[in-house]
Amino acid sequence: MLDQISKAVEQGKAKLVKELVTQAIEAGLSPEDIMNGGLIAAMGVVGDNFKNNKIFVPEMLIASRAMAQGLKILEPYLVSAGVKPVGIVVIGTVKQDLHDIGKNLVATMMRGIGATVYDLGVDVPDEAFVKKAEEVHADIVAVSALLTTTMPAIGDVIQAFENAGVRNKYQIMVGGAPVNAAFAKQVGADYYTANAAEAAEVAKQILDSLHNQE
Amino acid sequence: MQKKQFNQLAYSNLDDFVYGKALFPVTAKNGLVIGGGQIYPEVNFTLPSMTVTQNTMPEVLSIYKDIIHGVLKKAHELHAPGLVIEYETLPQMSEFPEFGIEIHKLLRDIMFEYEAGYGLKSAMRMTPNDLREINRPMILRSGEIVDNMFHMFRQSALDGADFLAIESTGGKEVNDEAIVNADIRTSIFALGCMAPRDMAWLWQNISRIAQETGSIAAGDSACGFGNTAMVLAEQGFIPKVYAALMRVATIPRALAAIENGAVGPSKDCAYEGIYLKAITGTPIALEGKTAACAHFSPIGNISAAVADLWSNESVQQVKLLSGFAPVVSTEQLIYDCRLMNKATEYGQAKLMRDLLVDSDAYLDPQAYILKPDVVFEISREIVKVQDPFARTLNAVRLALEILRKAVSSKEISIDDREVHWLDLLSSQVDEIPEDEEAFISEMRDEIDASKCDLSEYGL
Repeated sequence: MLDQISKAVEQGKAKLVKELVTQAIEAGLSPEDIMNGGLIAAMGVVGDNFKNNKIFVPEMLIASRAMAQGLKILEPYLVSAGVKPVGIVVIGTVKQDLHDIGKNLVATMMRGIGATVYDLGVDVPDEAFVKKAEEVHADIVAVSALLTTTMPAIGDVIQAFENAGVRNKYQIMVGGAPVNAAFAKQVGADYYTANAAEAAEVAKQILDSLHNQE
Repeated sequence: MQKKQFNQLAYSNLDDFVYGKALFPVTAKNGLVIGGGQIYPEVNFTLPSMTVTQNTMPEVLSIYKDIIHGVLKKAHELHAPGLVIEYETLPQMSEFPEFGIEIHKLLRDIMFEYEAGYGLKSAMRMTPNDLREINRPMILRSGEIVDNMFHMFRQSALDGADFLAIESTGGKEVNDEAIVNADIRTSIFALGCMAPRDMAWLWQNISRIAQETGSIAAGDSACGFGNTAMVLAEQGFIPKVYAALMRVATIPRALAAIENGAVGPSKDCAYEGIYLKAITGTPIALEGKTAACAHFSPIGNISAAVADLWSNESVQQVKLLSGFAPVVSTEQLIYDCRLMNKATEYGQAKLMRDLLVDSDAYLDPQAYILKPDVVFEISREIVKVQDPFARTLNAVRLALEILRKAVSSKEISIDDREVHWLDLLSSQVDEIPEDEEAFISEMRDEIDASKCDLSEYGL
């Protein structure tokens, strides 16, 4: 059954995913097993296929939407079973930066690893990142900038977390065309990733490691 | 202003379609002729990583001063017969137009000095960035952002700008999501129904400012559409065949600028300019291998084949081994143009064009659709009808057919994962109704009203 769910997600068959998840619940499978063994496992395969240049982002998005449909059915069961989300991510572009294609891809791929993503959109004030992260008890804050002139605002976001005295509560990931590892280090970010696939991979490692510490 | 109409190609002979020479050249205020027989470099540059505020403006001005001196000095040393400088504002310079106007004036005055002192003819392209996209839904035709943009155009023109240009963004709020989904149906709506309506309004206004100030309404670029697709395809995110179709879909949008008063040279990153030149005979700027400082592309040579200005797109003021990057770009562009102009002098412009074309055309579908013969074939299809939606749909259909034939005859090779996309994209296109009203009605239900207000487009 779990294999069938996985295959349906990989193929982006949203309607079938909904049906199979419902059947799996009725058959008595645990919600956590359905999520991990069916939905998230499928997105792992999809992510690998993308990384290995076998598919494109649109195919990954279709799979991601199919997964979301399955997750929607599963959610009440996960809550009543006390299953915690894989992780919580707050994401946005810095103030004055309106470029969100890359940020949207990162958000989609992070949902693909099972994370709950709060997307603040574009042109996000520094304090809004802090406010949302605190409100939803985020694990990761992901910040991007596409322009050389907006890139320094990444540092301002990190400073806003420092000013609020909550910097150590979050892992901060940064990215965007002009950003590099040296810049990330300079502004005090925890991680720099060069593209959406890498961002999701690193986020997964961060979340796995946080769970292992619990 | 009388709207121009194009129902046939400007060129009747493919052999006349070469770089440096346009059927309707454009003359800058100092007599520099673009498209009159020679290709000239167009140099663009930007700040290193820094913020632009009232406090940093003295430093900003100082950096721009260093850049322009470096660029013009190098152009003089290398005996450039002329060049164009593009000053493209950063968002803060459009938000606070006095910043943009002051920087433009500084650059333009130094260009005047080099012309007076050394006889170096240069022309200025002023390109305010289109901040209208900051709002969701976008407010296209009124408000402070629009007022500031027109104010910057007008004052820069009065301060000496020759060419007025922009990378306008009408339709982008819908197209951005379509691109990552490789959703050609929605892209055709954004580029065929929305964008041309905004372009018509915008270019009527820019043309009026140009007329009133004695400057030239030059052209636009579908950078946020076609080049976004190209860059995502380069990163392996979306299929190259989709990016190729996106390029073709931008042509009717680009024509709307010329129909409403623009006369060229179109913007450097407007690869659709090759089609514009074929249809309208206006001169065009382009960029390719020498713009690798700004972005990669699979069309580094072919993009130069019929260019009238040859650009580096943009480069930061950072130090390289030889010197600052804008000066490096200037030298590279001057040598590129020198070689091409020498070929013209030897009567070999067509051979040079064909070498530039053939060295790229068969390696990538995005290059293939820029081959002059393919450009003529698709352009003829476009001018058969007048309405932008039908033009866009017909152009995409024909481009799909051309790519399919080229793939099956092995004239171009595409990755295995690309092949089925030709079918997927064809089925998306087949679902689009011929009638624009019917299509708009279908799409109206699918557009997220919180992100896009179709009434801003008159829809």
